[in-house]
Amino acid sequence: MAEPFLSIQHVRKSFGTNTVVQDFSLDVEPGEFVSFLGPSGCGKTTVLRMVAGFEEPSAGKIVVSGKDITRLKPNQRNVGMVFQAYALFPNLTVAQNIAFGLKVAGMPKADADRRVAEMLDIIKLPQMGDRYPYQLSGGQQQRIALARAIAPKPKLLLLDEPLSALDAKVRVSLREEIRSIQKKLGITTIFVTHDQEEALSISDRIAVMYGGKAEQVGTPFEIYNRPATKFVANFVGTLNVLEGTVTDAASGKVRVNTQEVSLKGKLNGSKSGDTLSLALRPEAISLGRQPGRDSSLSGEISEVHFLGSVIRVRVGIGGSTVSLDTFNSPATPPPAVGEKAEISFSSGDMLVLH
Amino acid sequence: MKTGRFWAWVVFALGAAYFFIPLIATVEFSMRMRRGTYSFDAYQIVLGDARFQATFGYSVLAAIFTIIIGVLIVVPAAYWIRLRLPQLRPIVEFITLLPLVIPAIVIVFGYIRMYGSNSPLPFLASDRGTDLLLVIGYATLALPYMYRAVDTGLRTIDVRTLTEAAQILGAGWGTIITRVILPNVLIAVLSGAFLTFAIVIGEFTMASLLNRPAFGPYLQNIGANRAYEPAALAIIAFAITWGCMSLIQILSRFAPRSANRPN
Repeated sequence: MAEPFLSIQHVRKSFGTNTVVQDFSLDVEPGEFVSFLGPSGCGKTTVLRMVAGFEEPSAGKIVVSGKDITRLKPNQRNVGMVFQAYALFPNLTVAQNIAFGLKVAGMPKADADRRVAEMLDIIKLPQMGDRYPYQLSGGQQQRIALARAIAPKPKLLLLDEPLSALDAKVRVSLREEIRSIQKKLGITTIFVTHDQEEALSISDRIAVMYGGKAEQVGTPFEIYNRPATKFVANFVGTLNVLEGTVTDAASGKVRVNTQEVSLKGKLNGSKSGDTLSLALRPEAISLGRQPGRDSSLSGEISEVHFLGSVIRVRVGIGGSTVSLDTFNSPATPPPAVGEKAEISFSSGDMLVLH
Repeated sequence: MKTGRFWAWVVFALGAAYFFIPLIATVEFSMRMRRGTYSFDAYQIVLGDARFQATFGYSVLAAIFTIIIGVLIVVPAAYWIRLRLPQLRPIVEFITLLPLVIPAIVIVFGYIRMYGSNSPLPFLASDRGTDLLLVIGYATLALPYMYRAVDTGLRTIDVRTLTEAAQILGAGWGTIITRVILPNVLIAVLSGAFLTFAIVIGEFTMASLLNRPAFGPYLQNIGANRAYEPAALAIIAFAITWGCMSLIQILSRFAPRSANRPN
């Protein structure tokens, strides 16, 4: 098997008695876009800062292209980084900001000027070279920060929540732009975010982190559809959780409230009488009986939210509430609160959370 | 609302009167040298005095060296404390305030005891050595002003992130301080520099006790022996100080504007 481009091996980081990263390992292939996704305090930024060289691991090592860089200073690593707070130098123009790393590396002025122009073209701000950072919007500043990070052709690009300070619309367009530039340049990238939609939409792989550990590493499809732990299932996407009791382990029968569903082959060693947490994504549930759906549960509609193209419906089933979305059809009026309703789903879509 | 405004103006007028009346009286008195008419005779005498030029030149030079020493010590120290040792800030702030509570005479007597001709560091054994000691003493006196000015400047920028951004782009400490940090706090440094200049120009105790030909002792000497010239000198010294303050204001307009501080 080929050697990974970046290998984070059993890295641990403690600040005093507080261990924020515990035994984190990850291999990243050349040109791959990997996101670290997790809630605040999960250690994702600390791992990124260790890769950048701003924090020294308490244990473990970080290898890039076969070379151990664990003890190297940040300015010796040839890594580019974009910060959440832009971090453009306020006293320098846009062009001078982008040229900063090139100048430090001793690139001749003519070559540096050419590279700056090339970078400004890549980020689609070719006329902005003479402006100062304070004359730019947040989105433009972050694109300049990206250009500055990639101008010296780093081996690795680190993005530390670069979209968090931007408004929602700019966030969406900029994340697509980041991904397209990354693909075009083929630069190996690590992206830190707490926004699952961001991570799911642009990553090749996602490492979902919790409590200083990687709970699951996988493609966005795997992370969303086959969450390995209860935390991943709850953190990524919206999830309806129902409590069930195994009534017949051999045939996979589980009682939810007073109704029974069949989860054959999914109970993994559970015994009759065990209590389970069962989860369903909203898009896996239909209102009413639908062909191809082998399981159903009855309840009462407790809430209806009209969202335009979609209608979000909440159905009370015993003590639990299940949320599902149906497409708005002008010919069919939305269901009414208090109506009896049946929801149907494929038992294969149901996740048993451990 | 209107009553509040009225009293605000009353307080302002009282404050202005407290400030301007002695100033106007001094200007008026300094111009009375010629009997029966106002003239600038006192100013002409003072400005034409060779001792004025010599002592003023000496103090300007001492101020320049004091500013250089102050900048070299305070900028890296304040930067490092903000970046790596924020827990030390209260202690360092306390230390920088000490020159305000310890009289200059105590410091200078300490110098005389410590650096006399018999000490291992005999600064006072030569004129140049004494000059150096005087400049170091001035840097100590100006420390509270220089440190506060630089620290305030550093507060307006995100020191840590800018440092890290420069580091990851390959910059070493020298480049970071000279090309990223210093240009962004230059106006604050200049503010500290002009305050230092104003302090050094009028300083009497240290220069007098170390027996150096500075402007402060000259001011005192003239004040003790002449009538109108001290008033003229006071106005000149006042004009220099205000000139320094005005320069701070003018230069602050040219400060690099950060994204967080657009105007």
